[in-house]
Amino acid sequence: MVVIGVVNYGAGNFSSVVNAFQYLGIRYVEITKSMDFKEATHIVLPGVGTFSKVMDRLKCLDLINGLYCHINSGKPFLGICVGMQILASFGMEFNRCSGLNLIEGVVDKIGFEGNSLRLPHIGWNEVQQTRESILYKNMQSPIFYFVHSFAFYPTYNEHISSTVFYGSAVVASVEKNNIFGVQFHPEKSQHNGLQLLRNFAEVDIC
Amino acid sequence: MLKKRLIPIVLLKNGLVVQSKGFKRYQALGNPVTIVQRLSDWAADELIYLDISSEARYDLKRDDLKVNNRHSFIEILQDISKKCFMPLTIGGLIRTKEDVRARIYAGADKVCLNSKPLDDPGFIETCAKEFGSQCIVISIDAMRLDSGKLLVFKYGGKTPTSLSPTSWAAEVEKRGAGEILINSIDRDGRGQGYDLSLIQSVAQAVNIPVIACGGVGNWGHFKEGIIEGGADAVAAANIFHYSENSVYNAKSYLYDSGLNFRKPLWGKLEVI
Repeated sequence: MVVIGVVNYGAGNFSSVVNAFQYLGIRYVEITKSMDFKEATHIVLPGVGTFSKVMDRLKCLDLINGLYCHINSGKPFLGICVGMQILASFGMEFNRCSGLNLIEGVVDKIGFEGNSLRLPHIGWNEVQQTRESILYKNMQSPIFYFVHSFAFYPTYNEHISSTVFYGSAVVASVEKNNIFGVQFHPEKSQHNGLQLLRNFAEVDIC
Repeated sequence: MLKKRLIPIVLLKNGLVVQSKGFKRYQALGNPVTIVQRLSDWAADELIYLDISSEARYDLKRDDLKVNNRHSFIEILQDISKKCFMPLTIGGLIRTKEDVRARIYAGADKVCLNSKPLDDPGFIETCAKEFGSQCIVISIDAMRLDSGKLLVFKYGGKTPTSLSPTSWAAEVEKRGAGEILINSIDRDGRGQGYDLSLIQSVAQAVNIPVIACGGVGNWGHFKEGIIEGGADAVAAANIFHYSENSVYNAKSYLYDSGLNFRKPLWGKLEVI
C-alpha cells in the first residue's frame, strides 16, 4: 500500500503538499525525523526558500541520511522546486553550497541573453517533455506554475525529463531511475499538478 | 511562453470578506473560505488574500455562516489552503520574520508586505535571505494627488510617505523583492480602470514582475493593464464578487482577445 512520506522540515510548504494528497485520497505521513522514513513507500520533499537554507534545515534535523537510505534502496523520491534543486552537486545562490549530489549538476541563476525578461520566472508556463516519463501520463497541454530565479543545470542531458522556455530552454524536471524532481509546483498547478502527484504515487516501489 | 496572469484579490476585515472603495468604505460580502472555493473552481491563475483588519479580531460569532468560528487569521488561512490548488499570496499585518514563517507554514506560497518595509526597508532583505525572493511580494499603495503627483502611502492608505512609486519600486527590487503589486488608492472601487501611467511607470522602473491593481470595472480594463500598462499580471478585488462565473468570463474575454493567458477550462476536471 502506497504511503507518501512528506518531509516537514520548516523550509517547504508542507501543508500545501499534504492538502493535495488528502484531496487525491492518497495516504501520507509526516516526516520530521530520521526514523519516520521507514513508514513511507514514496518520499516527497517540498522546498521553498534558498538552496543553502534548505540544506541547513535538512542537516539540522538530521534527515539527510534517511533521504539517502530511502533513495538508495530504490524507493521513489520526488523533490519539488528547491527540493529538486538540492539533488544537484552544488548550488550558487548567495554562496556556493553543496547539495545531495544525487543527480550531477549545478544550480545557478536562470540565464538568458540581454535584460529583456524579468526574474523570478513567475507564473504558468508550458513544459516540453524531452524523454518518456511516468510523471506526465494522462496529461494534455502540460502547463504548470513556476516561481524561481535559479535553475538546475544537470551534467548529463539524459537526466532532464522536460524543459520550459523562458529566454532559453530551462530545466523543468529531472529524472534518474527512482529519483524525480520538478522545478514547478504541482501542488499549485491545479488539475495538471494533481495528476502529476497521482502519477508519482503510482511509481512502482522496487 | 510564460503566460500573463489573472489574479482575484480577496480582502478580509475582521473575519469577513469585504469590498472597499478608496480604502475607506467597506461592505461585508461573506465567508472567507467559500469564496476561495468559487474562485478556485473558476480557474483563477493565483489568489491574493489580504488581511486589512485594523486589529486582531477575527472571530465572527455568527453561526449563520455555517463555518466554525476561527480565532486567528492563521486558522482561516489553513482552511483556505485546503481548497486552494493554485498559488496563494497572503498579506496584511505582517511585521516579523515569524509572521512570514507562520503564513508559509500554514499554506501561503508568497507573502505580501506593505507598511513594514516602508518603516524598515532592511526587512525585505531579511525575508528574502530567509525565505527566498520568490516568496516576497511588495505591495505599493499610491495616490495621485490633485497636482498629478504620485505618492506612496502606508498603513492602509492613511499616512503619506515622501516617496514616489517608481523610486520605492526600484528600492524594493534592489533589496530583494520578487514581485510588486502596484495599487491605486484613488482608483480603488471606482470601476474606471487602472491608473495606466502609474502601472506603466512602475513596470518600466523594475525588472521583476509587476501586478496591476485598483479600479477595474470591466474586462477591458484588464486588457489595458497588460497592453498599455505593461503589467505581467492583472488583479482586482471588487469586480469578481458581483457576478457568478466572473473569473471564467474575464479569462475567456482575455484569451479570446488573443492575449497570452491560460485557456479557461470550465468546471472541475477529473484526475485519472
